[in-house]
Amino acid sequence: MADVLKKVPVREQEPKVRATNFDEVCLGYNKEEAVEEAQRCLHCKNAKCVQGCPVNINIPDFIGELKEGKVEEAYKVISESSALPAICGRVCPQESQCEGKCIRGIKGEPVSIGKLERFVADWARENGIKPPAPQAKNGKKVAVIGSGPSGLTCAGDLAKLGYDVTIFEALHEPGGVLVYGIPEFRLPKLDVVAKEVENVKSLGVKIETNVIIGKSVTIDELMDEEGFEAVFIGSGAGLPMFMGIPGETAKGVFSANEYLTRNNLMKAFRDDYDTPIVHGKKVAVVGGGNVAMDAARTALRLGAEVHIIYRRSEAELPARAEEVHHAKEEGIIFDLLTNPTEILVDENDNVRGIRCIRMELGEPDASGRRRPVEIPGSEFEIEVDTVIMSLGTSPNPLISSTTIGLDVNRKKCIIADEETGKTSKDGVYAGGDAVTGAATVILAMGAGKAAAKGIHEFLSAKS
Amino acid sequence: MYKILKAGQLAANIYEMVVDAPRVAKRCLPGQFIIAKADEVGERIPLTICDYDREAGTITIVFQPIGASTEKFAQLKTGDSFRDFVGPLGQPSELCLESELEETKKKRILFVAGGVGTAPVYPQAKWLHEHGVDVDVIIGAKTKDLVIMEDKFKSVCGNLYITTDDGSYGRSGMVTKVIEDLHEKEGKSYDHCVAIGPMIMMKFCCLTTKKYNLKTIVSMNPIMVDGTGMCGACRVMVGDEVKFACVDGPEFDGHLIDFDAAMKRQAMYKTEEGRKLLEFREGKTHHGGCGNCGGDK
Repeated sequence: MADVLKKVPVREQEPKVRATNFDEVCLGYNKEEAVEEAQRCLHCKNAKCVQGCPVNINIPDFIGELKEGKVEEAYKVISESSALPAICGRVCPQESQCEGKCIRGIKGEPVSIGKLERFVADWARENGIKPPAPQAKNGKKVAVIGSGPSGLTCAGDLAKLGYDVTIFEALHEPGGVLVYGIPEFRLPKLDVVAKEVENVKSLGVKIETNVIIGKSVTIDELMDEEGFEAVFIGSGAGLPMFMGIPGETAKGVFSANEYLTRNNLMKAFRDDYDTPIVHGKKVAVVGGGNVAMDAARTALRLGAEVHIIYRRSEAELPARAEEVHHAKEEGIIFDLLTNPTEILVDENDNVRGIRCIRMELGEPDASGRRRPVEIPGSEFEIEVDTVIMSLGTSPNPLISSTTIGLDVNRKKCIIADEETGKTSKDGVYAGGDAVTGAATVILAMGAGKAAAKGIHEFLSAKS
Repeated sequence: MYKILKAGQLAANIYEMVVDAPRVAKRCLPGQFIIAKADEVGERIPLTICDYDREAGTITIVFQPIGASTEKFAQLKTGDSFRDFVGPLGQPSELCLESELEETKKKRILFVAGGVGTAPVYPQAKWLHEHGVDVDVIIGAKTKDLVIMEDKFKSVCGNLYITTDDGSYGRSGMVTKVIEDLHEKEGKSYDHCVAIGPMIMMKFCCLTTKKYNLKTIVSMNPIMVDGTGMCGACRVMVGDEVKFACVDGPEFDGHLIDFDAAMKRQAMYKTEEGRKLLEFREGKTHHGGCGNCGGDK
């Protein structure tokens, strides 16, 4: 009998093997393992896990179906709340959401909810199970800007309610951050992302790629000339931040966005694609979030020795626990309590190193985390040929600056009501990173869901 | 898919295409650019808009193949399609804004066009002509056969000065010599200059116009990926500020640009691009026989 306090272990590619390929790291449960793990769920009456889920999936019920081996039924339960379960099962920070609240977790390990969700979604896909068909069309047109997690979720929910939904995507592939940001080894593009996008399209959602709202067409034109009665803005937080230290425009310094977009969206890691990427030998990634882990593990797979440079200590790393664990297993070197002060260049403007200073933790700051303070005289140099800046992103002002009457806050984030997604402009709703600044896939999905409800109420009241 | 309605050549190795792209044609202005991608595996290549027809819904692009991706573009024929074609991107030329027209009309304007950079000057000169402003244009090319769009320019500009490096057509020498001659020997003076062409030409144009205190705008075409401000690959130092050419540009005050740094950045992927180009041209026959590129390993 397995230890009921522990999760059924999930199979993964060996660290040494996976460090040299872009195939998925986690192999997921098979049916036997999933059913066994499902038995650990206590089916709490007042389930805390559901409260921890931004889209309120009925977790005890889907696991209940799974306990009896009814995977298709379990998929139906998840589909009531989520349009992208195969994605969420892979990229949600479960430890701070559903699994963080699991009663099992008080004494032992929580139920592996994320891996179970992933199993159910993968099984449904492999067995050709589609989400339930939408209601009859009501003929009302809604535009969704951006095909990332918030846009896909909002579009899917509105289509289910009978709306005629068109998604406008600026890039040439739908998926937003799921395609350009999160690497293949964490989220397979063809088997998982493209399939979930197909599911949303099968609900009747149209996707027009290569349209940049604010440039190709404005929101006002969509509403006044193209007949859209409501608009959801899920354009994400796309602008990369830099540190403002000397040497940042040198050759060999990249934003994590550029590095990951080249590798993920443009598939630079594959020989049969045309876009180049620099194969550094020694790479420094500055930052400690999920994006930093993704960039570091990508550089490793392209053949580099990789250092993560982060100014606080391990306890403050914002990345998912699983990503940090995987990065360490694969051999990423963590230079913690370290902050860059200058990027060193050679006579041709190529990066030759990075000068850093040691930090210690002082008093807690506004975020509640202890503030890192420089230790005087502790500067040192690390020899690297590539530096990847992964310091977070801010929303692109393209839409807010071209839409009349759309209010933004000091950080250029669109101001939207949390419950309904309503903005200062009539008929225009927003959610995801465009509103919150850089956050997670699942929070964006939660916002897309809330906005779909808000738009439905708005348009129902209108007619 | 974005259909190529007409594909042709303006000179040896300079290609012109008219592409069906109604959303871009509806809104674009001179100075803005598009990004095109030939096929699924292709690179996203930024190209300045060289003409547009709002009614027909078409955009004209002109390019010179310099790498595997633009070489791939050059092989496309009338009736073929780009898989992706997005725009308009970047800011329009500050001279081609209705709101500034009264101010613009007061200015004596000089355009300096170099090589394939002649093409993106055309829509600006044309827009200004249609709005009652006739500008002077210098076209510079290596040799007679590489002078492009001369007749088109004749119908939209005031004085047209053509110069070739080898003296085979028009005046003889670089465009900077024409700028000097106009100012020093021909009694001309200007309030505003726009220089578009190879980076090295724009650099020397700016050095020359600085002598005459002539404000000079240049069009930067750095390495880009998405073109919407997302990746930051196109960072350019303008004065002591870092600007993104894709959203803040592509046109900047040339007297504030650090051209040497920009040229170094431009060369970042040269080795990789060179290899790709060789692979593209020589296909399966390319086995890295040179011993340098690693293709034989």
